Amino acid sequence: MSKIVRTQASFLYTFVLIFGFYIVAHGHLTPGGGFQGGAVIATGIALVVVAYKFDEIKRRIKKTSLTAAEGIGLLSFIIAGISGIGVSFFYNWLANSGLLFGESVTYGINPGYLNTAGTLPIMNLAVGIEVLGGLGVIVLYMLHFVKGGERNAA
Amino acid sequence: MLLNLPFITVVIIMALGLYAMLFKRNLIKIVIGLSLIESGVNLFLVSLGYRNGGIAPIYTNAPSTNMVLPTPQALTLTSIVIGVATTAMLLSFCMVIYRHYGTLDSRKVRRLRE
Amino acid sequence: MRNALLVISLIAIFAFFLYVAVNPGDLGGNTGDHLIFGEPRYSDMDDYFIHNGQNQTGANNIVTSIVFDYRGFDTLGEASVLFTAVLGVGVALRLLRRDKNDE
Repeated sequence: MSKIVRTQASFLYTFVLIFGFYIVAHGHLTPGGGFQGGAVIATGIALVVVAYKFDEIKRRIKKTSLTAAEGIGLLSFIIAGISGIGVSFFYNWLANSGLLFGESVTYGINPGYLNTAGTLPIMNLAVGIEVLGGLGVIVLYMLHFVKGGERNAA
Repeated sequence: MLLNLPFITVVIIMALGLYAMLFKRNLIKIVIGLSLIESGVNLFLVSLGYRNGGIAPIYTNAPSTNMVLPTPQALTLTSIVIGVATTAMLLSFCMVIYRHYGTLDSRKVRRLRE
Repeated sequence: MRNALLVISLIAIFAFFLYVAVNPGDLGGNTGDHLIFGEPRYSDMDDYFIHNGQNQTGANNIVTSIVFDYRGFDTLGEASVLFTAVLGVGVALRLLRRDKNDE
């Protein structure tokens, strides 16, 4: 793509990432959550893929790190589920406990406190990392397939 | 009758998707038809849980406490993610088929090649 | 012949769906089970979630508390499906590339 597109893409990439992590971190307070925020971050990766040349993309975004992010996300999601095994699988043992994310909330409309909801923010973060790795690596796989085939044919 | 307008929209979307899946020969168009049917199902689930005058089930600075049903929305979220996964899988198979056979016509793909 | 059959079945399915959407009537035998937009028939479980979700999970977003807490198993399966799909995409796209390189 042209220089204008490349400059705008590298400028917007940071803000797309910040917005995606904002959506992930506020998943228990505002519309959004792990899946949606991960999809937004994967959109940032797709933006870089669209704007730059193939060699530049290979240098900037590593496929192995995205695959690792996917595996780590799924693993930490399962660990966050297992951590409440004392009562039952996926038991929310952090909620209303006073520990991390442990503030209790009463029924009703409130302005939204970040330090609530127990294991839900942790699971949101885990799922967000998994989804950004998964969708990003799908885009990269398809790009490598197309470009690799062209190079072989030429 | 007009109150059921979302359900009529669901019917039209699903009929279009079914038409694309039954009559089109291009594999990409078949995938598009499948995605249309998925969208119809998602819209059906969400509109089943709608309550008159309800707002989204989020208490942060909510204007009222009359909320729509949250469970269909959660299931729709699941359905959307699984739809994305299946669509990516189908499209990658389409890419493999095109590289292998040189065409996306489902009539020609059926022919075995050594 | 085959196309005519397809057209007929498509029109039949479309007409049936449209009939259900517009005039639900008594398909299941109960005249009360109408499909009316804006008036869900059964909402006991959802009302329970709306009224107790904040006390029990501490999350303002009830949808998140259902996805990750009340129905956590569902989300675990969903994440596994996504993981498996990515694995399948990688296998499908990489297998054929190796095929081409061997030739």
